[in-house]
Amino acid sequence: MKSLAELEAIRNKTLGSINLRNDREEGTRIVVGMATCGIAAGARPVLSALVDEVAKRDLKDIIVSQTGCIGMCRLEPIIEVYVPGKEKVTYVRMSPEKAVRVISEHIVNNRPVKEFTVSEADK
Amino acid sequence: MKELSLHILDIAKNSTAAGASLVEITVEASHPDNCLTITIRDDGKGMSSEFLARVKDPFTTSRTTRKVGMGIPLFELSAMSSGGGLDITSASGEGTTVTAYFALDHIDRQPLGDVASTLTVLIQGSPAVDFLYRHTVDNAAFELDTRQVRQILQGVAIDGPDVIKWLYDYITEGINNLGGNLI
Ligand SMILES: Nc1ncnc2c1ncn2[C@@H]1O[C@H](COP(=O)(O)OP(=O)(O)OP(=O)(O)O)[C@@H](O)[C@H]1O
Ligand SMILES: [Mg+2]
Repeated sequence: MKSLAELEAIRNKTLGSINLRNDREEGTRIVVGMATCGIAAGARPVLSALVDEVAKRDLKDIIVSQTGCIGMCRLEPIIEVYVPGKEKVTYVRMSPEKAVRVISEHIVNNRPVKEFTVSEADK
Repeated sequence: MKELSLHILDIAKNSTAAGASLVEITVEASHPDNCLTITIRDDGKGMSSEFLARVKDPFTTSRTTRKVGMGIPLFELSAMSSGGGLDITSASGEGTTVTAYFALDHIDRQPLGDVASTLTVLIQGSPAVDFLYRHTVDNAAFELDTRQVRQILQGVAIDGPDVIKWLYDYITEGINNLGGNLI
């Protein structure tokens, strides 16, 4: 049984740990399109997969956020990756599995997953 | 959309986009009445009566990235194709209430689906907004109020990974205990 006592334990653990998170503005951002077109195409499990993977790998300075319509409905689910100092990379037709690869290859190992990018989709 | 919970996510996103500080989501299933009612109510900026009169038309939107708004028309279509319908009331500056009802046993009614995922995605996307979720199946009820969660968290972020995971499990269990996952 899940209990409110468990939530208190999470609070105490979080309060007890030193916050190593970098300044929120400076980190890498992953943005998921969550308008009707995105949601209908499967953006909800993509968002959850990204949040889970960031938590699992304990990536401290990565922010996963949501936005409305990115404007290419037929290519949804779409995610955008903003690494400071680099050009934005747009990934299209995402799935939870592909999203996990974006984390491991692009975010962790700094190698964008070319085959999932919008420029490849247009070919 | 494959699940009603995805419509709930989409319609509640209209509420957060409208600047709501509290979004109330209610799911009520009544077997005696053979009725499923889903309500999304917010205290956001609302709509003028002139705008409200044409909001069910897909060519009504305030978005700029495309010319059609699909969220409300799709939810209405889903309700109408399962023996129900959709009502919207709204007042400028006061808020909006969207109510969809369905015949519980209609063969074309979509399953409710993963509401816990919808709620955690809403909280993750709008951590400053409060959500009140009420789910009833006949006489059994489950409720989640993020204002209560915040009281326990005492300033710890509600969108932190451990809290989101706890919320997901807590909501899933609460709904399963009602048999709400079978709706
Ligand atoms: N809760 C609300 N409060 C205020 N305005 C709303 C609300 N819900 C909808 N609207 C208005 O109605 C319009 C149509 O909503 P609808 O969900 O059908 O489409 P959309 O949000 O514009 O686009 P889409 O849902 O396809 O991403 C919105 O653009 C907004 O102006
Ligand atoms: Mg919408």
